[in-house]
Amino acid sequence: MSRPGGWKRLLPTVGPGAAWLVLFVLVPTLLIFYASFLQRDAHGWLTGPLTLDNYRRFFGLDAGGFDLLYLNILGRSLLLGLVTTLVAIVLGYPFAFFIAQSPRKNLLLLLVVLPFWTNFLIRAYAWIVIFQRKGVLNAVLGHLGLDPVQLYPSWTAVYVGTVYTYLPFLILPLYASVEKIDWTLLEAAHDLGAGRVPGFWHAVFPQTLPGLIAGILLVFIPAVGTFVISDLLGAGKTVLIGNVIQQQFGASRDWAFGSAAAFVLMGVVLAGLWLYARKAGERGMEELV
Amino acid sequence: MTARRWLGLHGALVLLFLYLPIAVIVVLSFNESKYGVAWHGFTLKWYAQLFEHGRVHSYLRNSLVVATTSTAISTVLGTLLALGLARYRFFGRGALLFLLYVPVVIPDVVMGVSLLLLFAWVRQYVDALHLSLTTVILGHVTFQVAYVTLVVKSRLAGLDPSLEEAAADLGAGGWTRFWKITFPLIWPGVVAAALLAFTLSLDDFVITFFTAGPGATTVPIYIFSSVKRGVTPEIHALSTLMILVTSLALIAVQRVSTRR
Repeated sequence: MSRPGGWKRLLPTVGPGAAWLVLFVLVPTLLIFYASFLQRDAHGWLTGPLTLDNYRRFFGLDAGGFDLLYLNILGRSLLLGLVTTLVAIVLGYPFAFFIAQSPRKNLLLLLVVLPFWTNFLIRAYAWIVIFQRKGVLNAVLGHLGLDPVQLYPSWTAVYVGTVYTYLPFLILPLYASVEKIDWTLLEAAHDLGAGRVPGFWHAVFPQTLPGLIAGILLVFIPAVGTFVISDLLGAGKTVLIGNVIQQQFGASRDWAFGSAAAFVLMGVVLAGLWLYARKAGERGMEELV
Repeated sequence: MTARRWLGLHGALVLLFLYLPIAVIVVLSFNESKYGVAWHGFTLKWYAQLFEHGRVHSYLRNSLVVATTSTAISTVLGTLLALGLARYRFFGRGALLFLLYVPVVIPDVVMGVSLLLLFAWVRQYVDALHLSLTTVILGHVTFQVAYVTLVVKSRLAGLDPSLEEAAADLGAGGWTRFWKITFPLIWPGVVAAALLAFTLSLDDFVITFFTAGPGATTVPIYIFSSVKRGVTPEIHALSTLMILVTSLALIAVQRVSTRR
């Protein structure tokens, strides 16, 4: 049904929204890119001339010597994203099948969506209440006669909080794929003599891939970019790339370097997304919402 | 144990993981004791205290002003954009779609700082866009537009084009066609999109954090700064209220969006 649109049709429909996206998405992105080649002036604002210094500093090629501080932080963030995604798959993949085969599908779906929509500050906060020195976990351990543990603030807390926050992002798109599985393919595989594991691997797993990949992106991207979860559950002791960006635009007030860090993070994300869009097309992109 | 049993056991553990933290907050919000987690009896005093000093009122008002204004703007922009994208082929359509996905997938912190930079850059040339509720609204509309467009667009994809063509054949103009044919068919999608946008706005912390100035504190900003100061029963109470509101909104969205 799509027809060529002339200006008269496009201006009142696509026009305002497109203008908004250009002004508030495209222009700021270009500004970040531009600012990443500038420098900080005495007032904490941006000044020329254009240099590669910010990127040199980020990638540890500073004039002062070889400093891997920021690359380490980026690596730590990618590791957090990777581990979170893997744990979310272990927890979420069987869970999507659990929902699909349950007679109470709608209730279970609602139960997944509810924490998903609960403000993520509250979700991170809940883990502080559990992990803090006189928190729920240590109260339980005390009852059992065990020694208390010091988990807040810590990387463990950051990891648990991140998995907790983003797990529903994996389950929901995955469930959309699992729900549509054509189980006759599995029967056919069994009829043809395939065992349980090869049957699942060849007849069922490929059908869950669209949802699984969408879910992986939806967990990995925000986990890599988070600064709030590490800020709250790591109490400033766990630094991720998101924290670097936030600090540079906040207290450190070096917007040029912050822009370079933001652009590196955006580059990682957009590269992954571009690959995904090429493989999955417009329909695949719709799985992400 | 059979595969189905394992699946059930695993499912129960995941549900426990998802709900234990929420349950802890809700239960402690009714606990008499201010410190620690031991149960000292039922009380509603933390809820009373929350509203006593009146500050929460103004944060709540800010949150609602931002959410209603930004939802109104983004619902109109997004619905029109979805109509155009679903109907017409045009130069730059692919690029526009890509731009639409940027706010959905980009890490919040990048979007937040890029808006902060945009507003600061504009302020160099004109005396406008000082960080306030207005800049928060501009930021919220930006991510809401993307979600509204995508939700309405998927609703339009399921629409029978012959209905509109018939109306056009019978002489109905574009405006009449929209109000008499298209809108009555897609309104549940539009309402669902608006509710989604509203919830996203109420919930947002990161974009607000970077675009709000002094005096533009919303509820999530207040929660963040309180949590940074330490755990208090009032925050348990506020969180419980927010969980309650979210649940109700969610049930409303499900009711509307399952309408055919």
